[in-house]
Amino acid sequence: MMGLLKRRETSLLVIILVVVAAVTFRAHDFLSPGNFEYILKDSSILVIVSIGQLLVILTGGIDLSVASTIGFTGMSVALLNKADPGIPLVIIVLISMVIGLALGSFNGMLVSVFNIPPIITTLGTLSIYRGFVIVLSGGTWVSADQMSAPFRDFPQGYLLGISNMISIAILISLVFAAFLYLTRTGREVYGAGGSPIAAQYVGINVKKINFLVFALSGILSGLAGYLWVAFYASAANDSATGLELQTIAACVVGGVSIMGGSGSIVGVLLGSIFLGIVKNALTVIRISPFWQVAIQGFVILLAIVVNTVLDRRAQASMLKRRVL
Amino acid sequence: MADQDSKTTERETPSSAGSPRQIEAPLRGARLRNLATQWEILLVYLLLVVVIGNSLLSPYFLNAPNLLDSTFNFMEKAIMALPMMLVIICGDIDISVASNLALTSVFMGMAATAGAPTPVLVVIGLAAGSILGWFNGFLITRFAIPSIAVTIGTLSLYRGIASVILGDHAYTGYPKPFAFFGQGYIPATHIPFELVLFAALAAVTGFLLHKTTFGRKVYAIGNNPTTARFSGVKVDRLRLIAFTLNGLAAGIASVLLTSRVASTRPNIATGWELDVITTVVLGGVAITGGKGTIWGVVLSVFLLGFMQFGMGLVNIPGQVMNIATGFILIIAIMVPELIRRARNRASLARLAARG
Repeated sequence: MMGLLKRRETSLLVIILVVVAAVTFRAHDFLSPGNFEYILKDSSILVIVSIGQLLVILTGGIDLSVASTIGFTGMSVALLNKADPGIPLVIIVLISMVIGLALGSFNGMLVSVFNIPPIITTLGTLSIYRGFVIVLSGGTWVSADQMSAPFRDFPQGYLLGISNMISIAILISLVFAAFLYLTRTGREVYGAGGSPIAAQYVGINVKKINFLVFALSGILSGLAGYLWVAFYASAANDSATGLELQTIAACVVGGVSIMGGSGSIVGVLLGSIFLGIVKNALTVIRISPFWQVAIQGFVILLAIVVNTVLDRRAQASMLKRRVL
Repeated sequence: MADQDSKTTERETPSSAGSPRQIEAPLRGARLRNLATQWEILLVYLLLVVVIGNSLLSPYFLNAPNLLDSTFNFMEKAIMALPMMLVIICGDIDISVASNLALTSVFMGMAATAGAPTPVLVVIGLAAGSILGWFNGFLITRFAIPSIAVTIGTLSLYRGIASVILGDHAYTGYPKPFAFFGQGYIPATHIPFELVLFAALAAVTGFLLHKTTFGRKVYAIGNNPTTARFSGVKVDRLRLIAFTLNGLAAGIASVLLTSRVASTRPNIATGWELDVITTVVLGGVAITGGKGTIWGVVLSVFLLGFMQFGMGLVNIPGQVMNIATGFILIIAIMVPELIRRARNRASLARLAARG
């Protein structure tokens, strides 16, 4: 199984290299350090939110409310910064994560305490949280000149030559890789999704895990909420709409099983970067950006079908080997 | 996936509870039916509350022409809710319906721009909707992929193709007679055509579900697909039919909506999947499949429709209305779950008392 996963991630890496080579052939400055850094920077938010999505999908759930959570936390901290520019950035970031935690915990409570299927819960909260954005903002938006300089400049900053956006994405990836692979709770996330009933019998508190993954997804979306409004230097009522589909695409393209139980951080990283490259390539080779959503849908379907077929084949060959 | 998740746990409970449950089975069936009728009675009360509340809020609400005209705003969603019932009773879900509607509308817009007459537009609408719905069903049944995963993909794909074709412009050149479907009335009355069409389609759906073997098989699939298959039900074929019908309804809704707003714009029907699924679930259809009646869904259509109409009368913006719709969706699933839990606890206590 590990071999198969590894193979799938290598094949994705090969596909990425082929796409990059093809696009570079058409537009030579695609691979310039500046453009490549821009792609990574632009993918950072997707990476952070997709890791939250990964946790939820690993348990067999789905979180459709991530984009609305970004919209709400982003608007909240932007308004807060506008009201009092003196609040230190650390506090702003903490507040955005706490708001995200609250929204994510509400999802988690509905799923684990009231047994409402994740798809229904988050379809509902997708609309609820987005509605909250309008209520909060009164329909207005916060523009760049209404934000304080440290608030707006952080995503453009560098530390040790690395963009702050990229550093944060790497840091989050490392923290969650350590959580998933090295901690007992992390292994339980895989267990809970692989077979919920078996997990219950071996003593995994599935309800607790279900709550936890939504809460963590909320925290990551909250962090992304601040990064979004600061990076794009505006907090609009429709910030990040549709990003939930991109996070799901990043996961399934990265080989995460939509049925739960299998998937890796490396896969999600590659999946997010793949989507970022496709998005950037469309602009570079001058194809209408309207293609982005269609390609994303196509890529989601293709990845799901391929994953399913590969999984089946792997299972079948495992069974055969046992019989022989 | 989510829905299967809860189903497996549900399936697991009877076996772990053992034989006492089986002895009680006929009794439990009666109680469930009881619960269903109670749910519909609750919907009638809620509908009354909404009607009375709206009449108090606005003097323009309780007026036959106004009330009939208000149905224009929700008949397309109502028609989409009918086969969505079949899909959800089968234990599946389709969140791509609004994208299907949009892409179908784009196809009609292309044809209208090329000078196609009204009948051709209608045929294109119904055919395109059905094909897109069939494609969902094909991927789901052929590759045995959860419906939620496939329809998340087609939600993005269909909307994406629509926006590629549409770009940043809109189709507005629809022929005059085409306006009848979404704007017309039955001649010599004040009854909208859309309302009559919904009534007819609801009657057909009700008949199919409650009076034919097709309907019984749909419930059987939702209750337990494996048992259904071993009982000779062609499970995948019926699911494919349900998804195709769901696409057909999106096509019908697309004809009506495109005709009503006389244009195809990039944001046509965005977010409608929430309203459609909420209508079905609020109508008492179990999201885990196997349960629900046409009466519940019809009541739910008017309950939600009049509620949104009333909120519109007092100038509540659409996205704020969505807060209410989202909460209703969640509460509509939470309440039966809480009732079920209370009953389980009560019957366990009774069993314990009996020894």
